Amino acid sequence: MKDKKVIWERKPLIKNKLLRIGLILLISTYLISVFLTTEIDWQRILEGIPRGKNFIFAFFPPDFITRSDEILAGIFESLWMTIVATIVGIIISIPVSLGAAKNIAPKFVYFFSRGIIALSRSFQEVILAIFFVKLMGFGPFAGMVTLSFSTIGFFAKLLSEDIEEISKSQAEAIKSTGSNWFQWINYGVQPQVMPRFIGLSLYRLDINFRESAVIGIVGGGGIGSTLNTAFDRYEFEIAAAVLIVIISIVMIVEYTSSHLRKLIK
Amino acid sequence: MPIIKQKDYKTWKKFDRKRDLLNWICWFLGTLIFSLCFGLISSNTIWFYVFDSHNEALDLLGRMIPPETNYFYTLIKPIWDTLNIATIGTTIGTLIAIPLAFLSANNTTPSKKFIRPLALFCIVSSRSINSVIWALLLVAVVGPGVLAGIIAIGLRSIGFCGKLLYEAIEEIDENQIEAIEATGANKAQIMTFGIVPQILPAFTSISIYRWDINIREATVVGLVGAGGIGIELDAQIGDLAWAKVSVILLTIVVAVVFSEWITAKIRKAII
Repeated sequence: MKDKKVIWERKPLIKNKLLRIGLILLISTYLISVFLTTEIDWQRILEGIPRGKNFIFAFFPPDFITRSDEILAGIFESLWMTIVATIVGIIISIPVSLGAAKNIAPKFVYFFSRGIIALSRSFQEVILAIFFVKLMGFGPFAGMVTLSFSTIGFFAKLLSEDIEEISKSQAEAIKSTGSNWFQWINYGVQPQVMPRFIGLSLYRLDINFRESAVIGIVGGGGIGSTLNTAFDRYEFEIAAAVLIVIISIVMIVEYTSSHLRKLIK
Repeated sequence: MPIIKQKDYKTWKKFDRKRDLLNWICWFLGTLIFSLCFGLISSNTIWFYVFDSHNEALDLLGRMIPPETNYFYTLIKPIWDTLNIATIGTTIGTLIAIPLAFLSANNTTPSKKFIRPLALFCIVSSRSINSVIWALLLVAVVGPGVLAGIIAIGLRSIGFCGKLLYEAIEEIDENQIEAIEATGANKAQIMTFGIVPQILPAFTSISIYRWDINIREATVVGLVGAGGIGIELDAQIGDLAWAKVSVILLTIVVAVVFSEWITAKIRKAII
């Protein structure tokens, strides 16, 4: 037993050696196949670089003044849409989230509510907006319906997960006083999920405003329509102004909502 | 929780008078704001179309069913492109997000006054512009195609991953770093042996989560020309070929369910 050096080695992330090598092989074959199947037109990109430069320079200086009426109208429309859609979405998602909580709902209600959530989650807002605009005509109403619908998937999913994690003893205590179902929900379940509920609503308000900027591109009203019009008219200075307005409002909304959420916690 | 005495019996109430009044005022204000906003929306809406929408929906459903199943074979390449946009985009986004997160976390940033606000600004501006708008800009620069989609998704992911990652970095256990420091490790060693192992689980779950979101996002960047299944969707809606549109929608649902299944599997394997 002469001094045998003990060398410490860092533990690998994946313990199984076979799995590790297999994963690396899998990933590299994937990357190779991506490069083989994706057509990237380098000629076009080289061409695009000076064009991109011109394009970016066309954004400066941002022009807030020429169409300030339209920008303001778009922003306010987006804000109304966001507020109404968040409230409507939340009101609809309360029963859905109760139905989607395993510990509250019977089996068939559970699967029905989970179905609604899956349906609302699987399509991006923009795709939904295309269809709602087709059904209900252009304008903020279609945008509002889109946002409410996508709020359901997000809100009901996260809230139902929270409802599933409530402490059973509190809920049972209420039940043992002889409460009916509504009293049970109101006094046994609701107080336990309320902090999460408020946090989620503020978070969703923030998301909805951001999304309202894109659904306008497909005709859903709001600041997105202003942006789209600016692009269509090649008025890039105005588009830049709209983008700056969107970024700053999103920053304000996000900052206040995260601040409020911290306060509530 | 007050107990109110009324003559000879007691009633339990959830809130006292003050709190009740406050609640009432909040509800009142909320309803007021809601109805005002709704009024403004409704004045910009042509209600005739809204009330007619159920006829329109039935008509549309009639055109979408039965789906033209043969069309699926032409969708294989676009859906493969969509998956690639999401995967490569997420990879690029997370790779750029890592240094940004280190620069903007309070405990690892080299300078709180200059670099941190700059890095935070990058993160916020990437977050506040939707990937469709990024795609709209990029299609003009690099031309329509998969590359624009990849870059758009990547740019959008930077903010998301960067934000969650720097929050994870700020919450690390300082004792472990001190322990590494006590062995005489240099800055780079502290990073690799003190910080990285602590944030690795958060990093993997964030990137998987973002990949799941990106699959959805990658289905729409094509609507503005940035590659993937969105291009097909846009073309078929433009052609009013609704039987083909329904095939596309079904494919998207399958892709989304598939990605959700994979993320759930990976998350279970990690945790």
